[in-house]
Order: sequence, then C-alpha cells, then structure tokens
Amino acid sequence: MKFRILAYLFFFVGTADLFIKIFYGNIFSDLTEDYYEIANPILVFTPVLFFSIGGIFLKESKVSLTLENFGTSRIKYYSPQFICLTVVVLIFLFFTFNAQMNMENRGIDFGFDFLTQEASFDMQFSLIDYDGQDPYWWAYVVALLNTLLVAVLGIIFCTIIGVIVGIARLSPNFLIRNSAAWYVEFFRNIPLLLQIFFWYYAALRALPLPQDASPLFGVTYLTIKGYYMPAFIWNNLNIFLYSVLAAIIAIIFIRYYATKLRDNEGKQIPVFYISLIILIILPALTFLAGGVSLNFEIPVLKQLSATSFIYDGGVAVPPELIALTLALSLYTATFVAECVRAGIQGISKGQKEAAASLGLTPNQVLKLVIMPQALRIIIPPTTNQYLNLTKNSSLAAAIAYPDLVLVFAGTALMQTGRAIEIVSITMLTYLSISLAIAALMNWYNKLIEIKEK
Amino acid sequence: MSYSLSALLHIFKNNLFEYLLTNKRTRRGIIMFKLIKQFTSFVAMVAVLFAFTTETMAAKKSKTLKNTQKKGFVRCGVSQGLPGFSNADASGNWTGVDVDVCRAVAAAVLGDANKVKFTPLSAKERFTALTSGEIDVLSRNTTWTLSRDADIGLTFVGVNFYDGQGFMVRKNSGITSTSQFKDGISACTNIGTTTELNMRDFFNSKGISYEPVAFEKADEVVAAYDAGRCDTYTTDKSGLAAQRTKMSNPDEHIVLPETISKEPLGPVVRQGDSVWEDIVRWSLNTMIEAEEYGITSANADSMKTSDNPAIKRLVGAEGELGAAFGLDNEWSLRIIKQVGNYGESYKRNIADPGILPDRGPNELWTKGGILYVPPAR
Repeated sequence: MKFRILAYLFFFVGTADLFIKIFYGNIFSDLTEDYYEIANPILVFTPVLFFSIGGIFLKESKVSLTLENFGTSRIKYYSPQFICLTVVVLIFLFFTFNAQMNMENRGIDFGFDFLTQEASFDMQFSLIDYDGQDPYWWAYVVALLNTLLVAVLGIIFCTIIGVIVGIARLSPNFLIRNSAAWYVEFFRNIPLLLQIFFWYYAALRALPLPQDASPLFGVTYLTIKGYYMPAFIWNNLNIFLYSVLAAIIAIIFIRYYATKLRDNEGKQIPVFYISLIILIILPALTFLAGGVSLNFEIPVLKQLSATSFIYDGGVAVPPELIALTLALSLYTATFVAECVRAGIQGISKGQKEAAASLGLTPNQVLKLVIMPQALRIIIPPTTNQYLNLTKNSSLAAAIAYPDLVLVFAGTALMQTGRAIEIVSITMLTYLSISLAIAALMNWYNKLIEIKEK
Repeated sequence: MSYSLSALLHIFKNNLFEYLLTNKRTRRGIIMFKLIKQFTSFVAMVAVLFAFTTETMAAKKSKTLKNTQKKGFVRCGVSQGLPGFSNADASGNWTGVDVDVCRAVAAAVLGDANKVKFTPLSAKERFTALTSGEIDVLSRNTTWTLSRDADIGLTFVGVNFYDGQGFMVRKNSGITSTSQFKDGISACTNIGTTTELNMRDFFNSKGISYEPVAFEKADEVVAAYDAGRCDTYTTDKSGLAAQRTKMSNPDEHIVLPETISKEPLGPVVRQGDSVWEDIVRWSLNTMIEAEEYGITSANADSMKTSDNPAIKRLVGAEGELGAAFGLDNEWSLRIIKQVGNYGESYKRNIADPGILPDRGPNELWTKGGILYVPPAR
C-alpha cells in the first residue's frame, strides 16, 4: 500500500469534516448552550489537522516510501510524537481560546494587577504583621505562611506519632500491639473532613469558656476561644541564639571525633549525654554572663461584657489551628505508622539475629542495624504521606482556619472576581510546596541509601 | 483573496470544461489544476467566514431566552438555605422572596411559575456559576456594589430587598449597642461577602481590635457562634433574623439596633444579554408595581376591565408591552396570577413566619418605604 492512498484518505476525511461542520453546524450538538457556542469556530481546526497529516503522507510518498519499508522511515520515528504534541497543543489552545472568548464576551478582565491593590479584609491569625491596608500579594504571603505552619506542625506530629505507633504495632506486648492496630484501623478509615469537623466542634463543645477555665501547667489556659500561653520577652535574644548555634557546632565536632575514636581505637564515649550537657550549659552560661534575661507575659482574664471574657496578653493559639493540626496529624500518622511497620518487617530476620549474636543490645540492634536499612524502605512512601498532609491542609477552609484556600482562593477571589488568576496561583503554590517537599525527601533518601563502591 | 478571485475569473474566461477534459499532465493542465485548488480553498474560506457571521448574528438576539425556552425551565441560583429568602422544605420545594423572583421570570417566559431549576450556591461560588453559564439568574440575597456591577461581568437588575449589616449578641451578655464592644471581641461571619469588608471598616472606624472568624458556609457560622466561639455574629440584618430561628435557643440572642452598612439585595444576570436582563428586571418591577396598583393574584383577572390604563397595561389588556422582549402580552398577568405581587410575596415568606414582620424600608414609596420602580409603559 502506498502512502499516497493514506494521504488522500486523510484529505477526504478532512474535507468531509469541514463540510459536516459547515452544513450541519457543530457535530457536538450537546454543547450548543450559549456558553459553548462561541468556542465552536475553533473546531474548524480539526480539518486543518487532517489536511496537514495528509500533506505529510503525500510528501513522504514523493520519495516513494511504501508501507513495506515503513519500519526504517523517519515517519515512524516522528509521527507518534508529532501527533501527541499536536493533540496536546490543540487541547490547550481550545481551552485557552474558549476562556478568552468567554471572558471577553462577559466583560471580565484578565491580569495580575489586582495583586498590588489594597486587600481591605482582616485575618484572624497571622504569623507576620498583617493589616487590611496591605496589598493582596501580602495577604497571599500571610495565608501561605499559615498553610506552611499547619503543614510543618502536622508533618512533625504525624512523624512522631507514626513512628511510635508503627513500632508499637510490632511490640511483643499484646495490649500495646492491639491498641496500636485499633488506632490505625479506626483513624485511617474515617474521612478526613469528618475528623476535622469532629475535632473542631467536639473541642468547641467540650472546652470551657474563658472565665471557667482552670489553668493548665499553672499559667496556660485551654478555652473555647483558644489556647492561651505566656509570651516570652527576651533581652539580648541574639546572644542567646549565637550560643545555641555554637553549641550545635560543638556537638557536630564531638560526634565526628567520637566516630573517629570508635573506628580507630574501638573506644566508645557517651555522645548523647555529652551533647545534651553542651546544649544546656552553653546557653545557660549566657544568662549568667551574657546579659540575657527572659521575662514572661502571663495572660490575664479580661471582661468584655457581662458574660463574655477573653485572656489578654501572652500568645493565643486559635482552636481552629489546634483542631486542624490534631486531625491532620492523627489521620496521616496512621499511614506513616503502616510505612514504618512495613519498613521494619521488610528487613530479614537474619539481620536482627546476626546483630544480637554479635552482642548488641536490643536498642542498639534497632538503632544501628534495623533502622538504617528500614529507612530506605520507609522514606519513599512516607514522602507521599507528607505530600498528602500538605494537600489535605486545604480542608482548613471548612473550619475557618485562615489558610491559602480560605483567604486567597476564598475571600480574595470573591472580592476581586479574578477566578482564573487566583486559582492558578493557588494551584501553582501547592504544586511548588509539594515538589519542594518531594525534593527534600529525595535528597534525604539519597543520603541514606546504600552507597555502592 | 483577490488573487483567488482573479483565479476564479480566469477559469470562467477560459472554458472550464475544456480544461477539465484535457490531460492534466500538460503544462496548461497543471496550471488549471492549481487554479481549481485555489478556487476550492477560496470557497472553503468564504464558507468558514459565513459560519462566523451567522454565529455573531445569532448572538444579537437573546440566547439566554432562546435556550431557556428550548430547555423548558429557568436555571436559577439561590442560597443554601436562608429562611424567608430561599429555603427548601423537607420535600424539596423552594420558597422565599428571592425564589419568587425566579418564579416570576419562569411565569413570564415559560408560562408556568414552577418551571424553575434551583441551584443552591455558596457565597463563594455564586458569581462563577453565573458567569460560566451554569445558571441564568442569580437571586441569592446578593448586595449590589460598584465593583461587582462593573468589574466581574455581572449586571444587577434591581433591588428586591433593602437591607443593612447588623450584629447579633447573646442576651445575657448585657450588650445593647455596638458602642459597648471592647477590644478583643471575636466576630463570626461568612467569607466571600461584603460583610467581611464592612466589619473591618466598622471596627477600624471605632478603633476596636477584633478577631474575625470567617467560615465558608452559613450553617458553620451559626454552629460556631452558638457554641460560644464568638461574642458576636455579623451579617445582613435579614440574615441575622432568619438564622436566629435556626439557633438552639433563639430567645437567648438579640440583634443590635445599629445598622453599619447599606445592603441593597437584588437579582443578578450575566453581562451581555440585554434582552434577558430586561426580562428579569421587569419581572421584578411588575411585582412591585402590581402591589402599588393593588393588583393581587386573586383579583388580577377582574382588573382587566379596570378604568385605569396603567392597571390595564399591567394585566395585558392594553398596549403591547411584551413584544419588546419577544414575549406575548399576558406575561405580566401570569406573574401576578401565579406568584402574586411583592406585598403578597413578602407577607407569605418573611412577615408570616415571623422573620421580619415590620417591612421597614421595604414598604412602597406611597406608604413611607423606599420601594419605587419605574412605570411599566
């Protein structure tokens, strides 16, 4: 069969396509609602596509290529790629064109100039200074930080809970093993949104009003309006931070020295206790000699009206943040626990027995033999769970935690009406956060993987 | 294109059939073949252009009206449940003054007030649903503001409820006026509304620091306020009155007398279809004007023989008012008969359930209110 025939076939299909569209209107007759009608002319491009494919075949046939030697032709190499590219470009063009025509038709502007306008709404909670007079892009930064805060808190807590529960699932103790299993099965199989609502409204119903709250740890108050803690007021904070930095550097050197000592002379020194002492003593010295001092601002009860009170001063953690962090970390921890359990079980029993026969204590077996190997199995699926947690944090909008979705893709979107711009910025932001976490975890994974010489 | 035209002329000048019958492989034949190709492409271009022009010509008529009549129902966006304005009962029947606007449009356009498909929308979704064409009328206690009207492709057709933002507090808090608010007060509200902005303006002008707690859905706001998360709940006063009925103990809460903003609520349509815009606008105006002239759903038919030409025009006994929209002459009569006038709608949906028995500014201009619509003539 010659390519010429194929070429004419494509020309014929293209012509038929064109004529059907001209004489019978749109072949996708279901889409004739006014919203889609404006986009119909773009469908004229499909005949052009058929004609161009036909043209390629016709050109190839000029160098007398037949289907018999198709396998060696460049057309076999390029045509699937060309078709894929064309289809992707066409789909993209179709939707862009569609959106453009519709927005023009409805008198909607497109642009990112709104980002510099005054936001003129307030936020319940922000890590950095924010006021309604600040521009939208600043509101975006504040909301992004709130999202990152809940994601970081969630990742830390879910890792701690997950590792403990994962190891507990392998415990020889019947009660510990089974309660861990029950915890995993229970929290893993309830939709996250429901859990968030549960923790939020359960907390709201169960917590006392500020005037009825009894102090927790002496000076903190857990109430319906938030968790009130004393604020730290530092003098010469920078000197204190330098001392902590110095302590960390010292600890790194000591660890390096201890490893060398162990490798060369076989001596072991208690690195952990030495590190702990340095970490406490160095900063403590600055209090005595460096002029560092610490005061507390203790929250005090303040009356707003006959029955309404708040705590003034100190730091207030809103109940929304508490409920969200709790729900996210408890939910994700079940998955992390399963990853940890799978990782530990993935190490063959022989490794454990060999380590034990060398005379290592059970703690050392776990720390020096099992965990370094298990981590290679644990890290990749755990990365996925971290990404899930970050993405799930967007459910914050349901309980009024001012995250990116509530503030930027909610309030800001409504006030400006720039749906396409704001939603695409939000999507790109979540994508970047996820990719950053994935990159970080991949780097860590590389660090601990088996290094073959 | 001019080249193609000259090619066309050339073909006809030099006997078309003679060339078609001669062998293509001669030099003249090849030229001929090229000319025919050019001619075909020219025809295709003309056809495509023609397709474009017919598209744009169709757009000048009301596409929304055409599509609505083709589908057989009006697609109307309403709230997710606000008693008195748009609320669905247990069997899924929608009632409320906002719902009645949609029903009036259906009665005018399709002849049956029940041919409405209601789409419950959150404050955040509503404008996107309208501009994307998912609904054709948005009647969802929406405040008319400059930026909404001018900026985001919407057109407000009128006002069916004059409202203002207020505050609700617990009775036992002892607060009776907003002047008793103190620093640190927490206020629950909805996101995606003018409320958030008014609240900031209000607290800033008073110099009070406050904690805004903004939820996505009204039900969640009520639940959080009811649980004691917030000291005050702020939204439109009609909304406060309606939501109070949903609280666990409505008598424990009061709405403060101060009004901190103007909230003219009204139906909205997409920009760019002026005929549809006029239909919705005059469906609403007809209801208000019918009340002004004392035409009710009960006496509408008997009003056809009235002496007042204004009344006769409204019930379709005189004039050709419907022709301007492409509707028949009884469109307004159907609205009055099937939905009733504005007063009937208000009494049925807001006054009788005890939400806001006093009509306040929503009284006719002849009775001390500010409801005043242009004459239907």
